[in-house]
Amino acid sequence: MLLSLLLQIANATGLAVFGAAIGAGLVALGAGLGIGRIGGQAMEAIGRQPEASGKIQTAMLIVAALIEGLALFAVVVCLLISFKL
Amino acid sequence: MKRLLTLLFCLCTFAGFAAEPTEGGQKEEVFNPGEMILHHIGDSHEWHWFSTDDNHFTSYLPIIAYRPGQGFSVFSSKKLAAEPHPAREESPSRKRAAGGSHSEGPEYDGLMLREGKLVTVDGSKVYDLSITKNAIALLGSAVLMLVVFTSVAAGYKKNKGRAPKGIQSFFEPIIIFIRDEIAKKSIGPKYERYMPYLLTVFFFIWFNNLLGLTPGAANLTGNIAVTATLAIMTLVITLFSANKNYWAHIFATPGVPKLLLPIMIPVELIGAFLVKPVSLTIRLFANITAGHIVILSFISLIFIFRSPAVAPISLAFGLFINVLELLVAILQAYIFTLLTAMYIGGAVEEHHHDEEHSLDMQTGPAGSVIPNPAAH
Repeated sequence: MLLSLLLQIANATGLAVFGAAIGAGLVALGAGLGIGRIGGQAMEAIGRQPEASGKIQTAMLIVAALIEGLALFAVVVCLLISFKL
Repeated sequence: MKRLLTLLFCLCTFAGFAAEPTEGGQKEEVFNPGEMILHHIGDSHEWHWFSTDDNHFTSYLPIIAYRPGQGFSVFSSKKLAAEPHPAREESPSRKRAAGGSHSEGPEYDGLMLREGKLVTVDGSKVYDLSITKNAIALLGSAVLMLVVFTSVAAGYKKNKGRAPKGIQSFFEPIIIFIRDEIAKKSIGPKYERYMPYLLTVFFFIWFNNLLGLTPGAANLTGNIAVTATLAIMTLVITLFSANKNYWAHIFATPGVPKLLLPIMIPVELIGAFLVKPVSLTIRLFANITAGHIVILSFISLIFIFRSPAVAPISLAFGLFINVLELLVAILQAYIFTLLTAMYIGGAVEEHHHDEEHSLDMQTGPAGSVIPNPAAH
């Protein structure tokens, strides 16, 4: 049921937009995994050495923003596809 | 577990069909969320505050057009404003009979707005130098920053030698944070030359990110031209303050065998001139615009479902995303400033011997070398 619905929508709006939608979902998955790993290791590091928590937090935020930047590159590409630019 | 999977399989392969939207017979105007969202995050020749059922409260901004051979034309965008869309959607045949499509407005002086862009009726070249919504927002936030920071400076003059008071005490920790954590750590001993630019960039991005979240605001830092300009300014400052060491690192990266240089030089050049500014641009633009799109999408959910029952969920999520955007506002400003400082630091640092590279140097982005703060 879900698969046939999905294919109907894909047929109606066009395969390019369908691809862009799946792409954007995959990007979110990738970014979530990456930032989740960084967050997890940062938590561990803070647990091992609470005095360094300030530095670790700063570094974690920087890396999270860099990963997010990459994810947003891909989101911009998906948006360009779906608005046919 | 097996039964659950079997049930899931049956559900997914069950043949069902989506209800196709029926053509014609529609009495109300169809809500187009894509159009509404693009209108809110894009630039425009008019500043649309809000609309009631019969009125659109808009400020019409001046259009300044330059056509080679015909000079400048300056007039209010009211002359090119499209008629407000009717309450009932016209059928395609009626629209074609009336002439003109929905995205083109009336023309004036041989110019018209096609899908928001200023074009000439006969297709000749026109340069659009108008004061658009984003330009006014830019000037407004520049005035705001001038007011805020001149009062901070005046506070320092008045309270010479004493504890800071008032607005000065709000900005002092932030300015000291940028000076100590960002500038001194990344640029090193010559940081004072670059403090004005770093402070300006930080507060410009932060203020404009915050202003963009207010109702009826212009999405300034979500405009790729604005963020590209900031990135180009960073690039220019980096290039002009680069010393011989920096160029030596790009053209003759130490420790690289000569045979690899034909590959390394283009890679380093692309890294320095293309990847760094483009990544700064797109990171800021996409973060801010994506945040706005998410908030607007949650609000449009109410209009898509046409039911007030969606409102509590939609507002709760929208509120959460709005608060997250407050964090993103200052985080993106911090990241832009930090990366700018790191690029400048990579450009101005002095030469160190090769042995020291491994022990007290750290490599920063794109292979630039940053002094390790822990080693000093």
